[in-house]
Amino acid sequence: MMKPVILLAALLLLAPQVSAQTFPQTTGRIVSVGGAVTEIVAKLGLGDRLVAVDSTSLHPPEMRALPQVGYMRALSAEGVAALHPDLVLLSDNAGPPAAIEQMRGLGIPLKLIPDRPTPDGVADKIRAVGAALGRQGEAETMSRETTDRLAAVSRVVEKAAGRPRVLFLMGLGGGAPVAAGRNTAADAMIRLAGGINAIDGYDGYKPASGEAILDAAPDVLLLPTEAVDAAGGRDAVLALPQFAGTPAASSGRLVVMDTLYLLGFGPRLPDAVADLARSLHPELAQDLANDAAPRPGGLL
Amino acid sequence: MTSLPMPNSAWKGRSRHAGILTLLSLLSVVAVIASLGVGASAISPGTVLRTLLHTADASPRDAAIVLHLRLPRTLLGFGLGAALAVSGAVMQGLFRNPLADPGLIGVSAGGAMAAVAVIVLGVPALLAGTVGLLALPLAAFAGSLCTTLAIQRIASDDGRTDVSTLLLAGIAINAIAGAVTGFLIFGSDDRQLRDITFWSMGSLGGATWTTVLGLAPFALGAVFAAGRWAGVLDALLLGEREAGLLGFDVEPAKRRIVIATAAAVGAGVAAAGVIGFVGLVVPHLVRLMAGAGHRLLLPASALLGGTLMLCADMLARTVVIPAELPIGLVTALLGGPFFLWLLIRQRRSFPP
Repeated sequence: MMKPVILLAALLLLAPQVSAQTFPQTTGRIVSVGGAVTEIVAKLGLGDRLVAVDSTSLHPPEMRALPQVGYMRALSAEGVAALHPDLVLLSDNAGPPAAIEQMRGLGIPLKLIPDRPTPDGVADKIRAVGAALGRQGEAETMSRETTDRLAAVSRVVEKAAGRPRVLFLMGLGGGAPVAAGRNTAADAMIRLAGGINAIDGYDGYKPASGEAILDAAPDVLLLPTEAVDAAGGRDAVLALPQFAGTPAASSGRLVVMDTLYLLGFGPRLPDAVADLARSLHPELAQDLANDAAPRPGGLL
Repeated sequence: MTSLPMPNSAWKGRSRHAGILTLLSLLSVVAVIASLGVGASAISPGTVLRTLLHTADASPRDAAIVLHLRLPRTLLGFGLGAALAVSGAVMQGLFRNPLADPGLIGVSAGGAMAAVAVIVLGVPALLAGTVGLLALPLAAFAGSLCTTLAIQRIASDDGRTDVSTLLLAGIAINAIAGAVTGFLIFGSDDRQLRDITFWSMGSLGGATWTTVLGLAPFALGAVFAAGRWAGVLDALLLGEREAGLLGFDVEPAKRRIVIATAAAVGAGVAAAGVIGFVGLVVPHLVRLMAGAGHRLLLPASALLGGTLMLCADMLARTVVIPAELPIGLVTALLGGPFFLWLLIRQRRSFPP
């Protein structure tokens, strides 16, 4: 075996391999990491260039057939290198940091995409992906349309008579269900759709006791599709003892949505907000359909 | 399991020892070569060899994968496997308990507590610039050492370490460290929680030359120091008093054993997270084939530990290409059933 000094010297020589390559416009192989990032790539019409995605990239459905680089926080540098990508789009939530450093060291062209769960964050995300792929024009249009449609939805939502208290639960399996507190993507969605997060006592996702749920007095329960399916359907969920005595259980108001659609903060955000708003404010359904529908002929 | 060295092992003698060690050394070499040749990227064995011997005509990318990813990863894996297995063997000897592993003296729990604290609470801005990515391993190493030193302190009186107090204090401190970790997890967000989960299942994926050079002194130190303790560990199998009567200076040996183990396993936890089962199972595998004498057990455990760790890692990084399994899953999933099979087979042939 060689001396470590020689090896280190060899590595230093290899380091400058990281060059400013430009993305080949028509042939480039893309690896996309992050559910929203992948959605944007697909929406820009470059889905057929994707050679692999991470396990959070579930939409559009054909993405699920692509090779998987694993969960976005548990990437493998050699795994990604083996795909010979011309560009790796990484949500800036991706990790672990060591693997990203290793990818840089191998000279894999990386683009970090800012990934924040806010309406402005979606516009930034779309622009950043567009810039990385050389599709600035389309991305600009898409991000402006997204912002405009969100504004239209917000204008309708402002007309709502009241603000229902909404409780978002991650899942129902065993013990205390995990509920969304402040500063979560779920909290942001509830606000955008004209509701109030029924939990305002803590940040993040944490288990909530039966009493805390009763105390939160939710008018509406909001759950991911998988959680409701696993619990045996809507009626079974509404009959659960944890919810007995809440306004939501007595009036049977349970809203079920796909997790990535609801919390992904991708290009489908205006639709997701409009859908949730329609469930929270049935009286606004007509206005939402008239004012906040996608414009025919638009990109979205 | 920890039965005394067989009386007949003396006449079987050195040639048998040499045979077993030669076999294990050969296996180690094969594992190292295979580990350098296997991975998500298809790189021919010839290219790997030429890159290593520096007659490189390989593409810079392939060379970087071999020198930058696979070589440090292989060295880290072998060193870590050897350190964990030797530490396990030493702990089992020290505690005279077949279930002992380095986790017993708080190394893993303390390291995990510190690592989770860094993941959840972050690094103070003042330090972040200087330590950067090394914050987590450094904290884990410090957490491992401090926890073990605390346990050692509690169990010592007048320079005498009581092994059963060491064990009980270890259980209590492990529980406390686990509870603090739980508190931190409760305060974590979704992403931190995922990071914690993956970290606690272990991975050699973060191996760099820095981590290899960081682990090396502690792993090598423990492995070579352990060689010098073979005599006292053999004597300890008879009992502490008996070991003292045989002329061994038992107290300082116990202290050094605990500290060296904590340093080696702590450095391992820092470099690769918590990788269970290697420290527990490998010494038992060696005892099944070579008996309980430490003169053979310790070096054989080091070689077999390194070999098995590399095998587990090769599986971890190839079964779900281009993703990667946490190596702790592989060691437990393969090691557990295999160990059970050995146990059952042994009970059948030697009914109690």
